Amino acid sequence: MDDFTPTEDFISPGLPVDEANTTGREPLGDPQEVPELSEVDCPDELRVTIEASMALYPDHKSASIPALWAVQRAYGWCTPEGIRQAAAVMKVTPAYLESVASFYDLFRLQPSGESQILVCTNISCWMRGGDELLDAFCEATGADREGAGHGGAMSADGTVMVSGFECLGACDLAPMASVNERYFGPLEPADAKTVIEQLGSGEEVLPEKVLAARPLPGGDQESSDKRVTSTKGPNR
Amino acid sequence: MSIVETRILLRHAADPQLATIDGYRSYGGYTTLEKAYREMEPDTIVNELEESGLRGRGGAGFSMGKKVSFLPHGNQTKYLCCNADESEPGAFKDRELMQRNPHQLIEGIVIASYAAGISHAFIFIRGEYDVQADILDRATAEAYEAGYLGENILGSGHNLELTVHRGAGAYICGEETALLDALEGKRGNPRLKPPFPAVQGLYGGPTLINNVETLSNVSHIVANGAEWFRSFGTEQSPGTKVVSISGGVRRPGNYEVELGVSLRDLICGLAGGPLEDREIKAFYPGGSSSPVLTPDELDLPYSFEAMAEAGSMLGSGSIIVADDSVSIPHMALRTARFYHHESCGKCTPCREGTNWTVKMLERVVRGEATPMDLDIITSVQANIIGHCLCVLGDSMAMPVSAMVNKFRDEFEEVIAHAAINGLPSTAGRESQEAGLEPGPGGVGLEVLRRERLMGRPVPESAQAPEELPRA
Repeated sequence: MDDFTPTEDFISPGLPVDEANTTGREPLGDPQEVPELSEVDCPDELRVTIEASMALYPDHKSASIPALWAVQRAYGWCTPEGIRQAAAVMKVTPAYLESVASFYDLFRLQPSGESQILVCTNISCWMRGGDELLDAFCEATGADREGAGHGGAMSADGTVMVSGFECLGACDLAPMASVNERYFGPLEPADAKTVIEQLGSGEEVLPEKVLAARPLPGGDQESSDKRVTSTKGPNR
Repeated sequence: MSIVETRILLRHAADPQLATIDGYRSYGGYTTLEKAYREMEPDTIVNELEESGLRGRGGAGFSMGKKVSFLPHGNQTKYLCCNADESEPGAFKDRELMQRNPHQLIEGIVIASYAAGISHAFIFIRGEYDVQADILDRATAEAYEAGYLGENILGSGHNLELTVHRGAGAYICGEETALLDALEGKRGNPRLKPPFPAVQGLYGGPTLINNVETLSNVSHIVANGAEWFRSFGTEQSPGTKVVSISGGVRRPGNYEVELGVSLRDLICGLAGGPLEDREIKAFYPGGSSSPVLTPDELDLPYSFEAMAEAGSMLGSGSIIVADDSVSIPHMALRTARFYHHESCGKCTPCREGTNWTVKMLERVVRGEATPMDLDIITSVQANIIGHCLCVLGDSMAMPVSAMVNKFRDEFEEVIAHAAINGLPSTAGRESQEAGLEPGPGGVGLEVLRRERLMGRPVPESAQAPEELPRA
């Protein structure tokens, strides 16, 4: 095999490439080398935020998730350049931060518009119409339903990302959705259009359906149980 | 409705001021912390917690006091991690507790840290709980300012830092060792145990990991004593429990009750029972990981021991009710898809087992399955349980096998119904054209079920029944 010369097809055998995961994510430098801070154009605000996070932990690597949050807040998604900047501040390789970012569902590795809508399609929401709610959001935005069910899809105008999501921890609001990190529910399919209109005009989104406005289901009743009323300590 | 809530953790929770330090103090907040530092020895507190019989509220139900006592004595740096990564489908109690009463949690964390000689505590909160994380950030800042956190707390010489750490969306991070990896800034993969976190946890140091609700109980036990705590609940499950009820009920939400109340009181009393014209068909008693129970079991007491005896578990205390409009095979598929999505991929039985279970259940609902598939599904589940580093795979295997075993008839009906309706996918049709499988059309339900499920060719003369059960 000494005289073996690899052909073009051998090197790149034409295997299917998942373009959704690779487009726009070509490495900007060697991802295995820790970039120097002087090599990257890291905004001061981002650097200060990441450094403050690093100071909170005995091991500065613990700040990788907070650093990625900071990148996502600064750029709207975890851009390759943003990840390089964070890596330079943290003195880790961009590859390391990429590996962390790709593990967690809330880190967006693609441009994701100005607003993000996560629709819960897990058991309790599914029982009460979560899939139909996701349909409605896709219809209201023109986002691709198939894509929305598999990691998120963009609205026709590119401003809103719609994504089916696993349990968001608000089964009492079922079916519910998280709009820009605020929980709303129970939602009707018709609410989807309202939400999109409100996001478009900058109005407050569904003020009557926001989680914070929801009382305890058992009301403000207090226990008359003597063991409770005679307690010491907190919640006397 | 005869049953009432017994609110200890949710007491005064309707008052929005409770989330502020002044509001919390107006109800006696932080007096226990002061008493603990001024009058109590750390060992006395550990004893009190052990005596109380408080069991972990995150899922496993392990004695909280024992966990604390496992931490080594001595001067090494020890850590506390409050598990607020509540991601189990059906669970939303920690969200309520943190949002309405963050200081109750902080007071519990400080007392537990004092008792165990811990110098750095973390609250690992799931990234989706942005509002609650902000509330915790504010409450933590208030507690620092009041001198309940930081250096030399109340002149005791005890130092404690508290850091609120936001996760970024991964169910697996609720598993305690995966949580540690995530907190160390890595991908959240579970670790091999032993060593257990109490010996070697965060940054290699001894680490106490407890759920939000467990830690929220601490100040009440320390204030009122173990005996008082044991006056609530049952012998083996003392105390109250915040129960999240959702799915097909009229009033879904969080209710705090004494452990040991009947499931009927919870589901039909507090949560208002099934929706109009609906009946309860099955329910998960302890989150999506718990084997489903049937209406026959509604009169069981809701306690750790009774749920275990019924072959299920109390878990995180989250009840999801499925009414008669829900197709159990579809619910099994929905459940399996979740675990498939969330499997971290480290252990083969979980990574491959969740994948194949989803594929087989998809075949079931498409009408392309055979009886062997149902048996294979069960055997795959048996091969997952106990064979992985953590229990994520088990968490799918337990409910899925319970559903197949308890509702096997319905699985067979769904297969037959989907097949008769010509629902087989392209793949099915292709294999028919190739003569590999008999055509599904025009076949009697019973004949089809028996013959097709036995894997034998179905006679073409068999007629479709006029009425078929709804899938």
